[in-house]
Amino acid sequence: MAGVSDAELKAMDQEERVTALGMRTEQLTGKSLYMEFDPDAEERFEYPWVPQVDFNKRTEIDCGEMTTTEVNDKIRALAEEGYGTVVIKDPRGRHSLGVGFLHKLNLIFEGSLGYFGIGLIDGPNVRINGRVGWSCGENMMSGTVLIEKNAGSTFGAAIRGGDLVCRGSVGSRTGIDQKGGTIIVGGDTGALSGFMMQRGRMVVCGNAGKNLGDSMYDGTIYIGGEIKSLGVDAVEVELTDLDKAWLTRKLTQYGLMPEKGVDHFKKITSGKMLWNYDNLEPTEKKLIL
Amino acid sequence: MCGIAGLIHKGKASNVGGEMTAMLQALKHRGPDSTGYAVYGEPSAGDYVMRLKAAEAEDMNRGRGIHQVLAERIATVDGILEEHGAKVKSKDHATPYALRYVMSHDGDTEKLAEHIEETEGVEILSFGNGLELIKDLGDAADVAGLYGLDDFAGTHAIGHTRMATESDVDIRSAHPYWAFPYNDVSVVHNGQITNYWIMRRQMEKKGHRFMSNCDSELLAVYTAHNLSNGVSLEDSLGQSIEEIDGVFTYLVATKDSLGMAKDTMAAKPLVLYESDDMIAMASEEVAIRAILPQEIDTTDPYDEEVRVWRA
Repeated sequence: MAGVSDAELKAMDQEERVTALGMRTEQLTGKSLYMEFDPDAEERFEYPWVPQVDFNKRTEIDCGEMTTTEVNDKIRALAEEGYGTVVIKDPRGRHSLGVGFLHKLNLIFEGSLGYFGIGLIDGPNVRINGRVGWSCGENMMSGTVLIEKNAGSTFGAAIRGGDLVCRGSVGSRTGIDQKGGTIIVGGDTGALSGFMMQRGRMVVCGNAGKNLGDSMYDGTIYIGGEIKSLGVDAVEVELTDLDKAWLTRKLTQYGLMPEKGVDHFKKITSGKMLWNYDNLEPTEKKLIL
Repeated sequence: MCGIAGLIHKGKASNVGGEMTAMLQALKHRGPDSTGYAVYGEPSAGDYVMRLKAAEAEDMNRGRGIHQVLAERIATVDGILEEHGAKVKSKDHATPYALRYVMSHDGDTEKLAEHIEETEGVEILSFGNGLELIKDLGDAADVAGLYGLDDFAGTHAIGHTRMATESDVDIRSAHPYWAFPYNDVSVVHNGQITNYWIMRRQMEKKGHRFMSNCDSELLAVYTAHNLSNGVSLEDSLGQSIEEIDGVFTYLVATKDSLGMAKDTMAAKPLVLYESDDMIAMASEEVAIRAILPQEIDTTDPYDEEVRVWRA
């Protein structure tokens, strides 16, 4: 049991020891009101194996002729040494850079990335002074990513948390399968954005292509410009004061607040007409019918 | 998953052979089966360049007899050229099966091309004043080395690295495709065409020839068909999005221009770089950065987008 040392156990009698080890019937069946955690205990909300880095320790990597794997390994090695701010110079469109970092880290890319950049991250703050290719920030869990130029298609595919921000325009299928977090686009987005979105928010200050929010289950899309067409079961709803307040705060945070404010934004959510789920097995269904 | 690349210089010639080699080598991971180039040299008034292959690369392993067969086929081609009154100015070959002719000819080039292709095993890869179409097995460095493409002055070029998914690994299924019999028109494509057989049968009924079972060849034939009906390149590209099903991004080059079209789903990538004196595009930014090491601004064309640039 939590917080019981061997020395303490030795000092107890048998009855106390049984209780302390959680072997009572009430405890074993979950009927006990026994509190297991100590409010004063220090908690660690990070993966236990990740390195502790210091943001004030800053270093640079010049990609030169290094391969993608070598660059990623180098960043990992620097983080192990405690470097919290890593500047990556001359990435020259390489794919899969900065993937899979699960701890706090400042990553600054001085140039453009290829496909699958900054995917599968949980924690880092990333700034990209260039553009990114397809599938940037795929399956991101938390952290912030700020891209100065354009992004390719499937921007933030299956993102679950954090803020993924592109100041320029993005390609098609932005936020496909989005499950949380926030995607913000300063320019336009292409066709089938928000396809099968499940949760989270997407903000596009410019125009959206055809079939916006097609088959979305849930979540919210805000569009500042024109929408070419809405997808199946995507509906426009009223923009509330709460939405406006949130948009104002979020867009101001990243310096993307439009001059005319946020009142012109359109809010798109799921019409939930395609919600035909049931939990019954086919045989159970027969019993009811 | 194939890689495509295109490059056009405005109003000046450059080493497009070397540049395209660098671009395609950067895209090698998208498909190492075969590599092809359509490079456009300075158009020469009157003179034609014809590239043809008299056998497949794999045929060369079929014993010594193939050299005899090749010699006979080439002799037949020479005879046909003479019969049509074409004056051959030079004839050389990079490999025993790949020949390059420079000739002057006043007659009907379509009839000449059709007659030459009646020879068994012979396929004309390209015909025109500026276009030279080179394709072979291997990566860009292999093909460029074999055909001396590291130094080729011209205004524009398209190229392709192929991962064979729909048809065989051979030269006849490699890109680019020449839009037979349209002089100087070539096509590269990344994607899958799903109404290939329907469209192919339509085109065959109209008398067009297909040399392979590769779906990409349809785009070359389709473009040739439209151009022969007086449709502009822009309109042909636009129409193709309506008429051709599947996922595709393809590039078409003509004597003086380069065009692109993207399907209605925008499912196949293309990254575009535009400046005042040059336009470059490729499946991935790494290919463009292979010739432009400095930081550049690039965009992705959207669904159903059609663009044409002139040299």
